[in-house]
Amino acid sequence: MKSIIGLSVNGQRRDDAVADNSLLLDYLREQLQLTGTKQGCDGGECGACTVLVDGEPRLACLTLTATVAGKHVETVESLARHGRLSRLQQAFHEKLGTQCGFCTPGMLMAAEALLRRNPHPSVEQIREALAGNLCRCTGYVKIIESVQAACLPAKESA
Amino acid sequence: MKKTVDGGVGARRPLVDGVEKVTGRAKYTADLFAPSGLVGKIYRSPYAHAEIVELDVSEARRLPGVVAVVTGADCAVPYGILPISQNEYPLARERVRYFGEPVAAVAARDERTAAQALKLIRFTVRELPFYLSAREARKPAAVPLHANKAGNLEREVHNEFGELGAGFAQADLVREDSFHCAEVTHVHMEPNAATATYDPSREHLTLHTVSQVPYYVHLMVAQCLAMDTARVRVIKPFIGGGFGARTETLNFEIICALLARAANGTVNLKLSREETFLTHRGRPESDIRIKIGMRRDGRLTACECEVVQRGGAYGGYGIITILYAGALLNGLYDIPAVGYSGFRVYTNTPPCGAMRGHGTVNVRFAFESLLDAMSQELGLDPIAVRRRNLLKAPAVTINGLQVRSYGLPECLDRVEQASGWRERAGKMPRWRGLGVACSHYVSGSAKPVHWTGEPHATVVLKLDFDAGITILTGASDIGQGSSTVLTQVVIEVLGVDQRRIRVIANDSAITPKDNGSYSSRVTFMVGNAALQAARNLKEILINAAAARLQVPAAQVECLGESYRSCVEPEKEVSFGEVVAQSLVDTGTLFVKGTYTCPAEFQGGKQRGGAVGSTMGFSYAAQVVEVSVDPDTGRVTPEKVWVAVDCGFAINPLSVEGQTQGAVWMGMGQAMSEQTRFDKGKPMAANILDYALPTIADSPPIEVYLVESNDPNGPFGAKEGSEGPLSGFPAAFAAAVKQATGIGFNRLPITPEVVLDAIVTKDEEAAAAADAAPAVQPLEPEKVN
Repeated sequence: MKSIIGLSVNGQRRDDAVADNSLLLDYLREQLQLTGTKQGCDGGECGACTVLVDGEPRLACLTLTATVAGKHVETVESLARHGRLSRLQQAFHEKLGTQCGFCTPGMLMAAEALLRRNPHPSVEQIREALAGNLCRCTGYVKIIESVQAACLPAKESA
Repeated sequence: MKKTVDGGVGARRPLVDGVEKVTGRAKYTADLFAPSGLVGKIYRSPYAHAEIVELDVSEARRLPGVVAVVTGADCAVPYGILPISQNEYPLARERVRYFGEPVAAVAARDERTAAQALKLIRFTVRELPFYLSAREARKPAAVPLHANKAGNLEREVHNEFGELGAGFAQADLVREDSFHCAEVTHVHMEPNAATATYDPSREHLTLHTVSQVPYYVHLMVAQCLAMDTARVRVIKPFIGGGFGARTETLNFEIICALLARAANGTVNLKLSREETFLTHRGRPESDIRIKIGMRRDGRLTACECEVVQRGGAYGGYGIITILYAGALLNGLYDIPAVGYSGFRVYTNTPPCGAMRGHGTVNVRFAFESLLDAMSQELGLDPIAVRRRNLLKAPAVTINGLQVRSYGLPECLDRVEQASGWRERAGKMPRWRGLGVACSHYVSGSAKPVHWTGEPHATVVLKLDFDAGITILTGASDIGQGSSTVLTQVVIEVLGVDQRRIRVIANDSAITPKDNGSYSSRVTFMVGNAALQAARNLKEILINAAAARLQVPAAQVECLGESYRSCVEPEKEVSFGEVVAQSLVDTGTLFVKGTYTCPAEFQGGKQRGGAVGSTMGFSYAAQVVEVSVDPDTGRVTPEKVWVAVDCGFAINPLSVEGQTQGAVWMGMGQAMSEQTRFDKGKPMAANILDYALPTIADSPPIEVYLVESNDPNGPFGAKEGSEGPLSGFPAAFAAAVKQATGIGFNRLPITPEVVLDAIVTKDEEAAAAADAAPAVQPLEPEKVN
């Protein structure tokens, strides 16, 4: 069964026919072709599919699309504005917070949610906020450094 | 090397494909699935070991929406990474040998139909006894998994270098101990995936897949599908990690191709995380017995080691892995005599393969741990003992390995200093400890797995009317940054603005063959090929500039974005003009560079002597600090100091990242990770049960780069992303020992294991206190 649900995705208002059992992950990747959001596990283990729903980090692989009706969904594709990397993206790029890049979209969205509620998190707060996002390449050291770099005033972040 | 060019070698520059990764624009295989493609799914064996009596797929075939079903009957050609041990079929024939082995596959119009079709497959078998450990599989009465392998022994290795008996006789202390390492696996974050399109009118197949070694997938797909290689095209998109899992051609890649051909169309095949665990190819469960002879001053006299590896159901890389385990006992320290026996055993578990630090990690854990214990017993500082046994480059080891650069002494100095070792080691408060270990790894296997007589690496630079330079390479960037390294090498030589450079990697229709991203060969070998290609191109550009400037070539000075006469500096032409000149009469330029490791580096003459051979070993030393919670057994790695001799850091940022990742992967193996099986079934085929460490478990890792400037490496560079892994487990165990007074010979050292040991020790201490008189400590076996 399909229903029409209204929601906003990356600032764009949409009404889409969505199957009742559709997962937000599949809706984003297959219906909207927003393939930045990744699937890394069989459900809720890795955090690669983290998106923001009304500003809060959510696992798109465990979220029914129908439950985000009327809400604002943000994916990694929304972070860069007018083709310019956000400060967080710039920091992950420059500090090598990304290696293979597969966990990166989820990691960025989890970090984005953190920085919105806490613009200057401590290392412990960063660890806590990203504990559900797994990375197999970096050992996390440069991910922490990237989030920290994104907190600095713009002129120092280079 | 001094940084000379913007974005050239030595620059801490971000990845050339980093922007794609942080914007979500990077397309991984599953992101390329055509929406119109069929959905592939694999029916897997629910038995660990069984003879196939009947496989009936007729009902599945009849299900509306099912376009193709393939089984073992569709491919009678075995495949495998080693030409001498190809004993695996993409879909099982006659027998299944591990739970999860592919048996049949379907391509259907959608996910639901494909899943439904799998349920209609009737699989009748006669179950056989299964073996989940090497010990069980080796019993005389065990059923052989493979007809020609009695005792389920895939390969037995015995060799001895130097005078072993004399070596032990010269020792003041001889100790022997046993170690056990659980099986671990890669858990690259991107699950396995492939998409294949078969064009029946041209009989062409195009495969996008997650391979570290795409040319070999190309060969194996052509072999299994009995197709001319010219009609196959393999493309590697962005790839979400590899760590060795994707160096072999994997069953699902061939299955995807078989399905596409059977369906005459496009098939998208995405494995679940559980299926990715079942595909495996990780580091084998290993039982190690090791004996070391040491003089009173810490000098090593001999080492004897026996390794038994639970290899899993098929050959894969097995022979190489068991040879590596012995070969790389050498090359780190100067050991006058080394004996090795290796046993690679077939078992009813998913096949093992290459995993970061291939073959060397578990043996290094055993060696360094025993070395540490013996240092203590002799009252010697473990760093001093390692210093006592250093090699002196250039050296040839007793098993014929070449050591031309050797930064280990400086690595030890750096971590000793940075960790405050002298002031702190052995003087830590209770439940806190410091441990040290060293390790090394090859910068590329000096003899390729498939010897063809071709150069070991080829890079092509394309230069055309647009004055852009395109690097064409078959080297797989799997996140390690190989495309970035090649870009830096080319920029360094040509001095051009980095925005002129593009990299196109891994499309068999466009890029030159590369032996692949394995054994940490890319920076060294492909880097050298890129260096040669860039130098060849520069020569052409200088000649073109000379013609344009009307001066002899010897007078031309390359300024990167322009060229001028060094005699009359006002005579200057832009890069664009030089390019235009260089294309006159010839048109588009394709300039090639190649690299081949000379025969003298390809190892000893003994059977299997090429394994472990390399042009340059990387070296690493690390100190790990831990704290232990005696109430829970939980060990917290507080900090790691690691120094790595990478020869020269073409990109220091990247080497740091690789080193941190390697150390951390060693940490996962040391602390928590293990695959587990019960009654033939996998018990940890998901990320949570497998126990991958999170950011919350992960310590700060301080990296110190040591540059020994290897004489053969490109700009002196060697590898830096595998060697640092294998030191961690032993350094960790040594630190835990210092904190608890208990030695741990088994990996992983989980909180349960630590707590059990603490409780047992307390109980023993209490019992000993009750008993009188106190038991005398045992005399060391032999202290002259």
